[in-house]
Amino acid sequence: MPNLLHLLSFGPEGWGDEILAGTWLTIRLALATLPFGLILGFFVSLTKRSEAAWLRFVGEAFSTIFRGLPELLTIFIVYFGASLGFQWVVRLFSDATVEISGFVAGVIALGVVFAAYASEVFTAAFNGIPKGQWEGGAAIGLRRWQTMRLIVFPQLMRLALPGLANLWLILLKDTSLVSVISINDLLRMTYQAVSYTKQPFFLYFVACMIYLLMSIVSSFGITAIERWAERGERVRTATTKPRDVMQEKAATS
Amino acid sequence: MIPDLLQRYGLKLLEGLGVTLELVVISIIAGAILAIPIAMARLSKNRIISAIAFGYVYFFRGTPLLAQLFLIYYGAGQFVGPLKAIGLWGFFRDAFNCAAFAFTINTAAYQAEIYRGAIRSVPRGQWEAARSLGLHLGPTLLKVVFPQAAIIALRPLGNEIILMIKGSAVASIVTVFDLMGQTKLAFSRSYDLTIYLYAAVLYLLLVETIRRVWNMLELRLTRHLRRESQAKPAKAADLVPVTR
Repeated sequence: MPNLLHLLSFGPEGWGDEILAGTWLTIRLALATLPFGLILGFFVSLTKRSEAAWLRFVGEAFSTIFRGLPELLTIFIVYFGASLGFQWVVRLFSDATVEISGFVAGVIALGVVFAAYASEVFTAAFNGIPKGQWEGGAAIGLRRWQTMRLIVFPQLMRLALPGLANLWLILLKDTSLVSVISINDLLRMTYQAVSYTKQPFFLYFVACMIYLLMSIVSSFGITAIERWAERGERVRTATTKPRDVMQEKAATS
Repeated sequence: MIPDLLQRYGLKLLEGLGVTLELVVISIIAGAILAIPIAMARLSKNRIISAIAFGYVYFFRGTPLLAQLFLIYYGAGQFVGPLKAIGLWGFFRDAFNCAAFAFTINTAAYQAEIYRGAIRSVPRGQWEAARSLGLHLGPTLLKVVFPQAAIIALRPLGNEIILMIKGSAVASIVTVFDLMGQTKLAFSRSYDLTIYLYAAVLYLLLVETIRRVWNMLELRLTRHLRRESQAKPAKAADLVPVTR
């Protein structure tokens, strides 16, 4: 056992620093994907609510396709396809050869998948907001986008939060798939460590534990954010409850 | 009018689709068999048993499927001696078996949670009624609880099958020639990106088929829950999961 732990030491002998660097890349990849996926997902959910039939169709097709495809296939298609497409665009202007980095391809692919699922979460959240909120906004003279920004959006985020938190946990795990397009994430660094040390079982177990640790830490963060988002709700339910009791008393007496 | 690419690799892709189906069917069924005792253990009043089951479920749901597959596929290579001694090396030497095994224990964790939720959703009164009729635990489960839980479990189970179809693509990384593996092989030979699009169409067709079949199954299994006035069934909601 001390022999195995030695493998995880830092420095030229052990693989601790390499695995830690991979972990850091995994975290960066997930953090970079999150805003991209959230914004794209929000706009896809807007297209699904659009009055234009073709826009609705585009939104539905987007989320059906990217929820139905294996994430691995999406990553390959984006990795090879995006560099070809990008090259094609660049060729219109110059002869330069460009290559899309694995990291960017990873962010795009994971972000697109995240967006497809997030658009469903946002759609459900939109449905959870009463029509009266929109009408109330209009009644006090707000424009439609002002109503969205000031009234609907804050409530939307609270409703969408549990679903989005779940998607974040899935995203953390899905980042492991980018190791196949030679991004030095946690799993790939572990793979390299294994090919040198011939200790696959121990090292992959350590990698699994690091993934588990990341999702445990995330869970704490999510709980904190949810509590913060619900703080207004708690005050409201706390103040309405006694009043209900009073009404009940009045009704029975 | 079949494109040249499909003429050359079409059959290979279909062959790969067969392997994908085989992987998914084996792991979903074996996973279900494994999941029911785990779900019962999760519901057990014995703290130690339920803690072990919780640990199992937490580990397999909290780590990437690919890492679990590597753990088993490469990890097994480290224990050739002991595995040979108990006669299991022949099993773990094969990449397909390792993938099927990894998917089985992975989906068992997810399915256990599905069944646990479904069993818990059966009202307490049902258990008590069965007891007052003098039924033992076995018949209570088989005749009273499971049939009612099955309706609740159906939809998440459909989602799990779809997730397993998508997840099974990682088997290609450990040299299994499933649909994804055949596609990668064809791509490395032809260097034509459209082969990935053909694979995408096949995956989408497969997922869409499951989704439709599942919607029909659900309508059929819940037909006794609809009244005459509601004869027109409610539009079945989208099956593809939003969350896992």
